[in-house]
Amino acid sequence: MTQARSLPTRQTLPSRAAALLFTLLCAITAVAIAQPARAEIEVNVNRGDVQPLPIAVPAFGGGQVGGDISQVISANLQRSGLFRPLDPNSFIEKGLTANVQPRFADWKTINAQALVNGQVTVEGGKLRVDFRLWDVFAEQQLLGLQFTASPESWRKVAHKISDAVYERLTGEKGYFDTRVVFVAESGARGQVTKRLAIMDQDGANPSYLTSGDSIVMTPRFSSNSQEITYMSLKQDSSTVYLFNLESGRRESLGTFQGMVFSPRFSPDGGKVVFSVERAGNSDIYVMNLASRTSTRLTTDPAIDTSGSFSPDGSRIVFNSDRAGSPQLYVMGADGSGARRISGGGGRYTTPVWSPTGEFIAFTKQTGGEFHIGVMRPDGSDERLLTSSYLDEGPTWAPNGRVLMFSRETPGGPPKLWSVDVTGRILQPMPYPGAGSDPAWSPLLN
Amino acid sequence: MVRSFTGSTVLRLALIATAAASLAACQSKPKPSFPTQTPPSSTGPSTPLPPSTGPVSGQPVGALPGSTQDFIVNVGDRVYFDTDSHDIREDARPLLTAQSEWLRRYPSVVVRIEGNADERGTREYNLALGARRANSVRDFLVGQGVTGGRISTISFGKEQPIDTGSGEESWQKNRNARTAIVSGAR
Repeated sequence: MTQARSLPTRQTLPSRAAALLFTLLCAITAVAIAQPARAEIEVNVNRGDVQPLPIAVPAFGGGQVGGDISQVISANLQRSGLFRPLDPNSFIEKGLTANVQPRFADWKTINAQALVNGQVTVEGGKLRVDFRLWDVFAEQQLLGLQFTASPESWRKVAHKISDAVYERLTGEKGYFDTRVVFVAESGARGQVTKRLAIMDQDGANPSYLTSGDSIVMTPRFSSNSQEITYMSLKQDSSTVYLFNLESGRRESLGTFQGMVFSPRFSPDGGKVVFSVERAGNSDIYVMNLASRTSTRLTTDPAIDTSGSFSPDGSRIVFNSDRAGSPQLYVMGADGSGARRISGGGGRYTTPVWSPTGEFIAFTKQTGGEFHIGVMRPDGSDERLLTSSYLDEGPTWAPNGRVLMFSRETPGGPPKLWSVDVTGRILQPMPYPGAGSDPAWSPLLN
Repeated sequence: MVRSFTGSTVLRLALIATAAASLAACQSKPKPSFPTQTPPSSTGPSTPLPPSTGPVSGQPVGALPGSTQDFIVNVGDRVYFDTDSHDIREDARPLLTAQSEWLRRYPSVVVRIEGNADERGTREYNLALGARRANSVRDFLVGQGVTGGRISTISFGKEQPIDTGSGEESWQKNRNARTAIVSGAR
């Protein structure tokens, strides 16, 4: 790594400052070891018919963990649908480490457009991972980064590298260093036990957050990725909880006359929008978490629920049947100027604003089928991405390119699925159990 | 609580194994099973009224009068709704009228109306819909002279189906409101 040391500039990832705030959890720093050159290859995330980019991710040097890291990177890139990792058995050049220039001819022969190679070393109990991304046909290095982390954080390093590769080649932020909170279901239909669970976005490290003594629903992340809010239902009461993932501290949003449900954080994490039912009428409220004061935003006698803030916090999209069937409406964050945005025939529910502000995702029922779809915030450009017996409850990856949702077959348990925003890349999540109500975290630090 | 990236790989694997074991263990977790009643087969308001929903005195009584069993068997604890509707159907009125008579006869009984929805809707909307159904029943009973303070309501949305099949026959059963006795029965 003499090349790295001789470089005058020393960059850290944008998230470094934040990462230092909880170094106890994960101490990771990243150092740019070469300035990226201009990429000649690029992956277009907008085209639905794009051919996945052939990419080679040979096992990183440094023993078992090197190979494991490569496999996690390869799987991430493959699942994105934008990359096609090549079979390692086809590789001609063997034993490539981050310290030597690849023999480009060998990689051109197998038509690898891009190449990710790396080296893992252990120094003073720390894992150091150097990796480089190459444009094979231009024979150029596109990226060179070094990560330092505690050895058990090797998967997180692999996700960070995946994000760096994705961003360099697509021009958009990645979404691999993220987690998913969801409702893990077990037991026979009609006697299902529901527990809050959390896992990495690739299905690794699953663990339960609640014991299953009450029905839990609709968990959602706050923007800091450390708080979730969810609804808990017992035989005689409902509660919305705030739950801190780091401390395990759980507190109720408060006591309300009637049912309380459908919570979701504001983009700054300072408020929760939720629904309160009183004498059969559900309306949308917002609570300021600092002052614990709540404000009623809707007063219509219809069902008003499933509020979701726009990323700038100025508007709220919600679900209402005030026109006779459930449709989507957008109002100001103060409850003003509600306007219907869903126009097509069918029933629209579970709206959720994308992190980029570009789209609103929803569940639509029409013709006896359920669909996950997206539309612009003004209701234009509606696109249905999926169709099945029961698809429900989309959640956005932090880059606004992928949606996760739950899918049920008749009589079967719900499973977690994902679809990209073009509708082309539809696949089950790599989680073997039954799950519903997924919520994707923001990018982690 | 959840502390990712701190434990060793071995511990992590152990956690996954534990999770899998708990998942398996949970298959046999006992759950409260709700008494069920077969709904009328037709959904239209013009259906003939079901014959066996008369007042307590008209029934062959096997249960102690005023008991929860008496209420469930001789009155009926559940009424059914049309798709996406919370209107009390004509065929539900005799049963609810009998419920109100029974509740007036046993004034110490406190009940909770539990609204339910079928699986052909999304979770949050169905919670709201179930709450409407529960309140429709509550309003009906209050209208028949049952004191409002004796009746609470809750919605289970689509979380507690009484029929786990898929198809209109099952969905019809799952669109219901159940009057559950909380206390005060003999």
